[in-house]
Amino acid sequence: MTTIPTDLPVPSFDADTQEGRKLVIICSKGSLDMAYPGLVLANAALGEGVEVHMFFTFWGFDIINRTTMDRLAFSPVGNPATHMPTALMGLPGMQAFATHMMRKQIEGLDIPDVPEFLDLITDAGGHLWACRMSADMMHLEEDDLYERVEGIISASDFIEISEGAQTLFI
Amino acid sequence: MPVATLNGTTIHVNDEGFMTEFAEWDEDIARALAANIGIELTDDHMAVIGFVRSDYAAQGESPTLRRVATVGGVPTKRLFALFPKKPAKKMSYIAGVPKPVGCV
Repeated sequence: MTTIPTDLPVPSFDADTQEGRKLVIICSKGSLDMAYPGLVLANAALGEGVEVHMFFTFWGFDIINRTTMDRLAFSPVGNPATHMPTALMGLPGMQAFATHMMRKQIEGLDIPDVPEFLDLITDAGGHLWACRMSADMMHLEEDDLYERVEGIISASDFIEISEGAQTLFI
Repeated sequence: MPVATLNGTTIHVNDEGFMTEFAEWDEDIARALAANIGIELTDDHMAVIGFVRSDYAAQGESPTLRRVATVGGVPTKRLFALFPKKPAKKMSYIAGVPKPVGCV
């Protein structure tokens, strides 16, 4: 049996300081550009052995709504980060064009689309939760949602789940 | 940078312990590295490690977890079972390649 001398550094993959670390991501926006930060961070945290819960609320519901999840859009209107004249952004077809471009870029980087990303996250052990009030407002039931959403839960249920977690609101 | 000799082979590692010379790796070294982080290598582990190495050789960068799943054909759940908690880093460590730099 080969052994490595003990003076060699060994990565601290399972350090105790990581034990019990938990991340909660509240996804409140349903545009393409606002869906990805939560998805990317959830996936990254899972790959680091962190327990992850995603809570979808209000417009964030579009990410887990079967009918909208694979056609989220990017709107360049009022977005100075596009570095284009604001007056042009509201022209007919501009949103579709900008969305198309962004999708192409995402695909070009070999980053999965939303449904596949959710598959990836849940395969890695991530938990998905939907907001009760949003579901009621939008007249949606569990059957309308991505099948691996674990439940439609109340705000207080969510507060229980997020106990001791680091929380991101997106 | 730390250096060690294993069976007459010199291996170079970085400050974290990841090997820095692709060509210095062999299966015995992989077994020793795996043992260092509490993993006993099986054929299933070795198949994944083999993919990580061949992909690194072909692409010039370590595959991310998703790439091992989609291109390497090993389901994500299985990768978490084989290399618990931090699969992408653990498989790179054992395969003697750098940590993956990709985000997804």
